[in-house]
Amino acid sequence: MDINDPQLMRSIIMDHYQYPRNRRECHDHDCKSVHMNSESCIDDIMVYVKLDHDIIKDFSFTGQACTISTASTSILSELVKGKTLNEAKQIIMEYRKMVNLESFDAETLEEAVAFSNIGKQANRIKCALIGWDALSQIIAESEE
Amino acid sequence: MLDLNHIRAQFPILKTKMSGKPLIYFDNAATTLKPQGVINDVTRILSTQSVNIHRGDYQLSYDISNEYEEVRRSVAKFINADVNEIVFTSGATEGLNAIAYGLEHHLNEGDVILTTHTDHASNLLPWFEVAKRRKAKIEYLKLTKEGRIDLSKLDQALHSKVKFITLVHVSNVLGFINPVEDIIRMAHQRNMAVILDGAQSVAHIKMDVKALDVDFLAWSGHKMCSPTGVGVLYGKKEWLDQLKSIKLGGGANAQFNEHGEVILKSVPTRFEAGTPAIESTIALKSALQFLQSVGMHQIHEHEVLLKNHFLSKIQDFKHITVYNPSTDTGIVIFNVEGIFAQDAAAYLSSHGIAVRAGNHCAKLIHHVIGVTETLRASFYVYNTVEEVDHLVEVLREITLEKCVDLYI
Repeated sequence: MDINDPQLMRSIIMDHYQYPRNRRECHDHDCKSVHMNSESCIDDIMVYVKLDHDIIKDFSFTGQACTISTASTSILSELVKGKTLNEAKQIIMEYRKMVNLESFDAETLEEAVAFSNIGKQANRIKCALIGWDALSQIIAESEE
Repeated sequence: MLDLNHIRAQFPILKTKMSGKPLIYFDNAATTLKPQGVINDVTRILSTQSVNIHRGDYQLSYDISNEYEEVRRSVAKFINADVNEIVFTSGATEGLNAIAYGLEHHLNEGDVILTTHTDHASNLLPWFEVAKRRKAKIEYLKLTKEGRIDLSKLDQALHSKVKFITLVHVSNVLGFINPVEDIIRMAHQRNMAVILDGAQSVAHIKMDVKALDVDFLAWSGHKMCSPTGVGVLYGKKEWLDQLKSIKLGGGANAQFNEHGEVILKSVPTRFEAGTPAIESTIALKSALQFLQSVGMHQIHEHEVLLKNHFLSKIQDFKHITVYNPSTDTGIVIFNVEGIFAQDAAAYLSSHGIAVRAGNHCAKLIHHVIGVTETLRASFYVYNTVEEVDHLVEVLREITLEKCVDLYI
């Protein structure tokens, strides 16, 4: 994936914003959920994660959110479904490096590289992290 | 017609840029810009008169105390109140909290506080809390489909359990001027008191509390060109006398002893414990002078002119939905189809245009307009038709692609 192809990066974000993947509720008894509303913006989303031991069996989300929040959470949902918790933590770690404008492993992040320049817009970093922070929180709670 | 060149020359911030473009400020419902007279007051006081009021027996403190009390007289005159009916607060939020908590002892189980779905969090949340404590109930006035108070349902709403009616004078989302004259008249016939949130009205339309016969009114200075940190709580003297102070401390008491017996000072000083925002309060007088130099009627007319111009220019834009086309003021809320409000606001920002995106702290408003997030453009006295035209042009060519491109 060519990270320097603005047209491709734009089409990834638009596609995930207009047709978000895994946008649905999950009320199964073994589904953990976390409500995220960032203080810096008006996003308001619910993230649902279903774990089977250390495998992320399902990841979905609902709510009202901006392009960056919606697309980044949609991409995350595709990246982590079926992964182990350790693999997910690795992906999240690379993503955090990227949004902090540090060097990162593009291959691990797949379509999430569309946000490689979001770190230059400090006021939108929280949007790019909203779903990712939710997953980190659920993983941390599951390991307690 | 206003002399806009003369008005704009008084606001140094209008010569600055945002995102490299000349600043076009359309977020006046959030806060207003500050004229030079206000800026001069603050710098003068902080530079040469930064002493406390009502404390020192020295010349500097005496002078600044006099100046501080002079503002109280100016504010009283501005809204046609008596000087001892003017309490300085930190803003509308503190004023509305002071009223709700201060009247709490009047409420009994089953009593009703009447408000609206268009009210701001600052007027709803204190009453929610007070109602919970007193086992009182919150009820909402019926609105018409477009969100105006339905006067035909008023009689029914003002039933015998209602104690207080607390409502926004001008909605910060819909921009409607509520028919408060009718509400106050009918409420008084039934011995109910009326509290007005004047955050969006006092700086925009002529206010006469005696003619209106309103019992309480609270607003913020910073929404009327003064610095932040100062606001006003007006209360009829007989109501202020019954209001319990939620803030006790220095400056508010006349006497106290070790047994906890406290004698408070008289109204309004008893509500002003602690050192206030002295420079902001004194600058409020210059803000009032600026508004009066333009004229409240002229300010309102100018806002309406800009609003009408904006609405007529965008009426053919199929991708724009306006939620309050019959707004009475300079407040317009709208959305761009397919673009989340915050993304559209970020795009406008990249063109130097400041608007607000969100629910505007009126989180019950979705009951009225059916959506939670909107863009809000709010015009004020220093805005121009050319600025509105620029907003129209940016809205004409806005696309989701362009919004996303800001982040690539």
